[in-house]
Amino acid sequence: MSDFLASLRLDLEHARRGYRRYEVYPAATIAGVFVNTVFGFLRAYVLLALYAHRPVIGGYDATAAVTYTWLTQGMIMTVFTWGWRELALRIRMGDIATDLVRPVDPLRAGLAMDLGRALYHAIFRGIPPFLIGATVFSLILPSSPLVWLAFLTSVVLAVTISFAIRWLYNTSSFWLLDDRGVMIIAGTAISIFSGFMIPVSFFPEWLAFIAHLTPFPSIIQVPVDIFVGRLTGPDLLLALATQLGWAVVLLLAARSVFALGVRRLVVQGG
Amino acid sequence: MRASVIELEHVRKDFTLHRSAGGLRRERTVVHAVDDITFKVEQGAILGYIGPNGAGKSTTVKMLTGILVPMSGRIRVAGLEPSRQRIQLARKIGVMFGQRVQLWWDLPLIESFELLRHIYRVPAERYKANLQELREVLELDPFLRTPVRQLSLGQRIRGELTGAMLHDPEILFLDEPTIGLDVVARQRVREFLVRANRERGLTVLLTTHDLGDIERLSSRILIIDHGRIVYDGDIDALKERYGKERILVVDLVEPAPPLRVDGGRVVKVEGPRQWIAFERARTSAADLTAAVAAHAPLRDLAIEEPDIEDVVRRIYAEGAKRVTGSAERSSTA
Amino acid sequence: MAEILDGAALYLRLVRARLRAQLQYRSSFVLDVIGTFVISFLDFVVILIIFTNVPQLGSWSVAEVALLYGISCLAFALTDLVIGHLDLFPQTIRDGTFDLVLVRPRPTLFMVLTADFQIRRLGRISQAAVVLVYALANVSIDWTSERALVLAGALVTGVLIFIAIWVTVICIAFWTVEGREVANAFTYGGVTLAQYPIDIYDRWMRSFFAYVVPVAFVAYYPALFILGKRDPLGLPTWASFISPFVALGAALVALSVWRWAVRHYRSAGG
Repeated sequence: MSDFLASLRLDLEHARRGYRRYEVYPAATIAGVFVNTVFGFLRAYVLLALYAHRPVIGGYDATAAVTYTWLTQGMIMTVFTWGWRELALRIRMGDIATDLVRPVDPLRAGLAMDLGRALYHAIFRGIPPFLIGATVFSLILPSSPLVWLAFLTSVVLAVTISFAIRWLYNTSSFWLLDDRGVMIIAGTAISIFSGFMIPVSFFPEWLAFIAHLTPFPSIIQVPVDIFVGRLTGPDLLLALATQLGWAVVLLLAARSVFALGVRRLVVQGG
Repeated sequence: MRASVIELEHVRKDFTLHRSAGGLRRERTVVHAVDDITFKVEQGAILGYIGPNGAGKSTTVKMLTGILVPMSGRIRVAGLEPSRQRIQLARKIGVMFGQRVQLWWDLPLIESFELLRHIYRVPAERYKANLQELREVLELDPFLRTPVRQLSLGQRIRGELTGAMLHDPEILFLDEPTIGLDVVARQRVREFLVRANRERGLTVLLTTHDLGDIERLSSRILIIDHGRIVYDGDIDALKERYGKERILVVDLVEPAPPLRVDGGRVVKVEGPRQWIAFERARTSAADLTAAVAAHAPLRDLAIEEPDIEDVVRRIYAEGAKRVTGSAERSSTA
Repeated sequence: MAEILDGAALYLRLVRARLRAQLQYRSSFVLDVIGTFVISFLDFVVILIIFTNVPQLGSWSVAEVALLYGISCLAFALTDLVIGHLDLFPQTIRDGTFDLVLVRPRPTLFMVLTADFQIRRLGRISQAAVVLVYALANVSIDWTSERALVLAGALVTGVLIFIAIWVTVICIAFWTVEGREVANAFTYGGVTLAQYPIDIYDRWMRSFFAYVVPVAFVAYYPALFILGKRDPLGLPTWASFISPFVALGAALVALSVWRWAVRHYRSAGG
């Protein structure tokens, strides 16, 4: 039992480190919020223009659509993190060897740090753009604490899924000399299918069908739909269960692929 | 008396530093990087400009080369005002920063030279003759077609020197030209500078941490600390006054109380290691070593030459009242 | 005049040298080109998805929006080809390598703009060109020589406007290390804005991002003329012809801001 507590304590330490790493660059945070906000306005007006023709599109009315925009702008850094290459670089540089000799599971430590990072980004990169958006547009804000609880749970699961996916495509560096191709494919797939650029329910049916076969909507679309009230009751529970399922499957996949890579590294030398 | 090619009168430059004081709060401090500096350099001199890190050497060089604008005071380099006549000045000076790559990283050396030729508009004949000479003197031929990123540091510095000399500069500014070089490469660079100075009448201003550079190259030395000139004179006088002492560092087999040896005095003890200061004019290192060995069994030993930073600190500690440097003196040097 | 010719000759020399250097790594280059080609389609996919939901955006059809997209993205891609390395400029300020620019006997802006030439940006150019060709094939244009001229001119003035914007905003780098992020908000933000008809944006945003940061003159006004549309915002037809003057004005502003900023350069390391 005390082993278990000790390992939790270590997770907490890792999470704290993940948080602190970003805390020291307040100027970067301000600049990032500025950029996210500018793009928030651009995207909000483009979506609003659609509503001149129809009152409801893909289940969203105009208010929900604008809320979607500002929420996704706020979530970019929290769950999405384009171009995360930390693991790939560690593999490339051979630093990964030092991670392996430590008595901690790299995947678990990585996840703990990423959740810490996500907390920082949720607070300082997530909330400010949303508040700025709220001064210009009327946005949906859930009133039920249950919805908030579901949303926060969903975001944590989204970060976990996003982390596992990033971890997976980063491990390609064990085999590939140049990981840019994989990065590009992964980044593109996530941008489109997560519903980050435009809600999945706006997709033509066949494309939405493909999207729902992937874990990507669990990263953005599900938390957003909980927030704007499109997912309630059994649907909400099903969505959370799906997220949980993806999180487990992807973490297991990340673990085994990483183990394969490590074996290759050990057998062939770095 | 020769004409001066570099003149500074009461030059000042402050920097405001912002330091994060936790969260979004920031602290402001004003640093007087260069604080009322006045000196002249005559044509054909090799001036060693030294001082500890952050003393203001780089700031001075940057103002002389037109990189930074002085806050107040007057600067003339080759008859031009650097920050206002930057482009004309750039044609007359060569600049080399030992720690920065001015050549094109991914191009063969010779292609970098070709580009520089066009950037500086060097006439084809001049370029050919200069390159020919520099290739011989700096022995560039073995790596002339190698991309710069594949050169060793020594080779790269020779390349950088060539790049700084192709347009026949009147004055060469060197910032730490020998830093990180091995003995052979360092020697080659020094020989080249002496030769260019003798044959072309090139004026050289170099900043360095290496007392050896100064000793082999410059007749005149300028020491700056906390933005002020604290010494201006020749190297021998400096050594005579401040660099008389060398240090013998001995590792004894067993820790011992401070040794008592003739001609030396222990300045520091750390376990079995002792630092013994001695004057080069009065005691030879060999005699001192023998004397130490007679007292206690030795495991290892080393001799420390007076460190330039120590010298500067000592000079500064002695106060500005004994400073010999002044505008009058330097113009007659 | 001789000065300009000399500068142009030097520029060609520098570009040739850059090309030679980059073609040493052919496979990496090909991958980069393909990668950017794919990625740059992302925002066009969003436009296509939008138009599966509505027949028009404001008063613009999909092909008409594609024309806006084609012009602005091609202009931006060309800008990116020529001066895309400005993205790294804040780094040269931070580490003090800008010093080296200042000791060359050429104007600083010339040295900075000509420092690189990234042919891998060809991916973005070809993507924008594909969309432009698609647009031209699908809109009904009553071609006249004036309209052809305005189209060609739009690309040239577009490049000039984007260069001017980029140079102006990158000057932030002289004061803060986060210059790149803030600059991106204007450059990438600008080209994103110009992809859509500006009449969909709210007035305050239009005034700033369209006229102060003059991206409205990149594609919107030229496209109005080419398509023979009337400006829903009520600006008379001559607005379509003032783009070159706007571009020149923007260039002059950029030049003065640059000169002023360089005088405030404080060099790293003191």
